[in-house]
Amino acid sequence: MNTVVAQLQRQFQDYLVSLYQQGFLDNQFTELRKLQDEGTPDFVAEVVSLFFDDCSKLINTMSRSLERPENVDFKQVDSGVHQLKGSSSSVGARRVKNVCISFKECCDVQNREGCLRCLQQVDYEYKMLKTKLQDLFNLEQRILQAGGMIPQVNIS
Amino acid sequence: MATTSTGAIEKTKSVEVKKKLNVLIVDDDTLTRKLHESIIKAIGGISQTAKNGEEAVNIHQNGNASFDLILMDKEMPEMDGLSATKKLREMKVTSMIIGVTSLADNEVERKAFMEAGLNHCLAKPLNKDKILPLINSLMDA
Repeated sequence: MNTVVAQLQRQFQDYLVSLYQQGFLDNQFTELRKLQDEGTPDFVAEVVSLFFDDCSKLINTMSRSLERPENVDFKQVDSGVHQLKGSSSSVGARRVKNVCISFKECCDVQNREGCLRCLQQVDYEYKMLKTKLQDLFNLEQRILQAGGMIPQVNIS
Repeated sequence: MATTSTGAIEKTKSVEVKKKLNVLIVDDDTLTRKLHESIIKAIGGISQTAKNGEEAVNIHQNGNASFDLILMDKEMPEMDGLSATKKLREMKVTSMIIGVTSLADNEVERKAFMEAGLNHCLAKPLNKDKILPLINSLMDA
């Protein structure tokens, strides 16, 4: 049992570290994990779930705003990008945040094609992150079911 | 390089504010409110939330509100943080007000927000390490 737990914990650690190394996450995610305790065991999952809901809604709104070339509401798109940048920054979703920076630049110069490319990219990045974090949370569950504790991984 | 603590979830030694703070969190974003509530709890405070500046002002209308600290987002619908801060100061609210801005805000915008009556301004995202020393130094001042 202890060997199984140790193996799972090692797998968890390696996977989490890889998410930072590949740029999916930044230090703000570490700060989120620090806020999770026995009283709030699902805090990180709840916060990232809110983030992914935000992503989905904002991407849909921005997509509608960009739909018709003759009638693009860049102000609305900019507002969506601003919100998405804020929430991605709050959870440590580094790649999503970085796409938002480029996205904002396209909005500023009213570049519809650029905005559409960024929209596609932000959609891809948030879905990728969602899958990665789901895998991470599944590993957490396997550790707990095996009777172990979730490692506190310090990334420096 | 990563280091790991296995076994019991490592409890970071709790570093808290010098006094139990009563905090009003004003932000239109649900995720941000949740995050800030958790940060305030982690530093030993208690919190209440408002979804925009208008709600924050309404909470103070009856004169019974008593917050040590207000975390005020800048961009909000109904009433933004700058307007809400001005209004609260006109109402003689003496709580510490820390403005929470986006990194996209420029110096002119931040200055205007400060001049509305803030004690300080911080850029998002907030975390414990960013806010705790500031709160303690503002309380000492």
